[in-house]
Amino acid sequence: MANNPYIPTTVEIISIRPESEVDYTYRLAIDLDVDNGQFVEVSIPKVGECPISVSDFGEGYIDLTIRHVGKVTNQIAHLEVGDKLGIRGPYGNGFPIEEYRGKDLVIAAGGTGLAPVKSIINYFYRNSKEVNSLTLLLGFKNPANILFADEIAKWERADHINVILTVDEGDEDWTGNVGLVTDIVDRVDFDNVANRSVVIVGPPIMMKFTSLEFMKHDIKEEQIWVSFERKMSCGIGKCGHCKMDDTYICVEGPVFNYTKAKNLVD
Amino acid sequence: MSYRVKRSEFDDILSKLQEDYKIYAPTRKKDKGTFSDTDLVLYDRVSSLEEIDFNSKTKYSPKEVVFPITQTLFYFNGNEYIEAEDKGEKVLVFLRPCEVNAFKRLDKIFLENGPQEDIYYKRLREKVKFVVVECTEGFDSCFCVSMGTNRTDDYSVFIRVSDEEIFCEVKDDELAEVFVDKESTDYSPEFIQENKQQVEVPALEDITTDLFDSEIWKEYSKRCIGCGRCNTVCPTCSCWTMQDISYQDNENIGERRRVWAGCHIDGYTEMAGGHDFRTTYGDRMRFKTLHKIYDFRKRFDIDMCVGCGRCEDVCPQYISFVGAIKKLNQAIKEGKNNG
Ligand SMILES: Cc1cc2nc3c(=O)[nH]c(=O)nc-3n(C[C@H](O)[C@H](O)[C@H](O)COP(=O)(O)OP(=O)(O)OC[C@H]3O[C@@H](n4cnc5c(N)ncnc54)[C@H](O)[C@@H]3O)c2cc1C
Ligand code: SF4
Ligand code: SF4
Ligand code: FES
Repeated sequence: MANNPYIPTTVEIISIRPESEVDYTYRLAIDLDVDNGQFVEVSIPKVGECPISVSDFGEGYIDLTIRHVGKVTNQIAHLEVGDKLGIRGPYGNGFPIEEYRGKDLVIAAGGTGLAPVKSIINYFYRNSKEVNSLTLLLGFKNPANILFADEIAKWERADHINVILTVDEGDEDWTGNVGLVTDIVDRVDFDNVANRSVVIVGPPIMMKFTSLEFMKHDIKEEQIWVSFERKMSCGIGKCGHCKMDDTYICVEGPVFNYTKAKNLVD
Repeated sequence: MSYRVKRSEFDDILSKLQEDYKIYAPTRKKDKGTFSDTDLVLYDRVSSLEEIDFNSKTKYSPKEVVFPITQTLFYFNGNEYIEAEDKGEKVLVFLRPCEVNAFKRLDKIFLENGPQEDIYYKRLREKVKFVVVECTEGFDSCFCVSMGTNRTDDYSVFIRVSDEEIFCEVKDDELAEVFVDKESTDYSPEFIQENKQQVEVPALEDITTDLFDSEIWKEYSKRCIGCGRCNTVCPTCSCWTMQDISYQDNENIGERRRVWAGCHIDGYTEMAGGHDFRTTYGDRMRFKTLHKIYDFRKRFDIDMCVGCGRCEDVCPQYISFVGAIKKLNQAIKEGKNNG
């Protein structure tokens, strides 16, 4: 069965952590050789499969942060610690971390878009000397939707990380920024533009306008990376759902440099 | 070696071949067509010459032999997965040169694209042998010559069917023994030289992203109804969706299948939160057209479309694929004149 790419491996849920009302992080007992930004196909027998980014990983585990939105993900919501899930992958490419070494790195994430980049943030949190600086622009719909609140607080405490958080809509208790991610781009320190790398992950509209905003600040296309989400059935270049032009998002993506991404037309 | 076989003797050959092979060929189902008093021509298992319709084009292509409409991948029992078995039967398919070329396109996706081979496809594909039927006249909507898919040398047997006899060129040693006692002849296959329809496929470098926004696609937003027939009949369309089912009498047990999907159909790209790409039918027509004659070639060096004309034959809105390529050529020309 080893050469059958469609058959999942059964893995146990070690822990479940609520992130918001609809997003939960599931820690699964599996050793996987993952690159930051790759995804796995998650299965529930008799229900179906869906692609989910690996939001963190380490020896003996991977984390998946899953928003409950439909058939498979709502079924996952009923699972408890000790229950089992099917996993196949990892699939796709990852972010080219080596390109970011020594740079002033900016990571702009919208909503669940934070999940696929969380492991990079944690990598440079632990290996702070490998980047010159790290700025995080994090946007969420509202305060209740903020993911990884504890971890954001941890990043805020780090000397070399500058966290700028915003919500589309605040509530009575909210004292932070209100507005879209695009509105806080100009809060980035744009000295030495040439040494910057920018990673943008979120809904398609957010990635498009945030990229344009950065380019207004003289960031070049080749300095920007985005991650695409498309409907996927196979994850391995066979089913056709994720194809844009001659590019299979599941195989050559989901991470693209902007020079390539801008030419991908749906 | 080539042989000359009387029609009356051919059933004998078929029944000998049937000992080792399941035989598929175009068949005519009387009165089963879409309209009253029309027949339906499609691929089915055959055991005699009489069942084979050599003179019509099938609505559905032979791709089902390697890519079934629904195919069980594995079964579940609790959290256990049991790979669906392969019956292991060898298959002989009667088909035309363009269709052999269509198999080459499917091979590209299922065997070459992505990080791994598709084992379900592979194990069916390995068992398939081709009996190519000489096709020198073509049908009204064919344009295989334009696509360079009118010829093939990938076959076990090549046949010419006439009123009295069947000429067979046999290339496959395993099949040769069935023919040994037949009269030998110097028959060699012929291929169609000219179709009624001709079209020039634009060069890769002439297709630029500004054509994606061309007016030509807008017409299809009004005409196409997204029925997906053009996808299902196409011998080269290879898209599918995963589907799980559970059995009513034992809820623990079920299976995961793949089923045909198509880029013209609603929901093909729909994601969580209602994000949907290519919402207009014109965008889908553009996507399909460029996939068939542009981006597949960019990736695999051959066009995907083999010019069988089936998509035009079945479209309830009379959308012609050749027409779409011609409009694209026109748009390229106009773009150049303007620029
Ligand atoms: C590379 C990649 C990484 C992803 N990472 C994450 C992640 O880390 N966390 C997370 O919560 N979600 C992630 N998603 C989105 C996730 O795959 C979908 O939310 C999930 O497929 C919905 O499945 P479902 O069966 O629960 O919903 P369904 O019942 O199938 O569908 C609910 C809605 O989601 C749509 N849908 C079906 N498939 C997809 C799809 N692949 N993507 C988006 N919508 C889809 C349906 O059309 C419908 O509108 C990722 C998607 C991709 C392609
Ligand atoms: S068959 Fe015709 S109407 Fe149906 S989806 Fe294809 S182009 Fe559109
Ligand atoms: S003519 Fe139409 S049906 Fe035939 S291969 Fe080309 S796109 Fe497919
Ligand atoms: S998900 Fe199937 S081809 Fe990309």
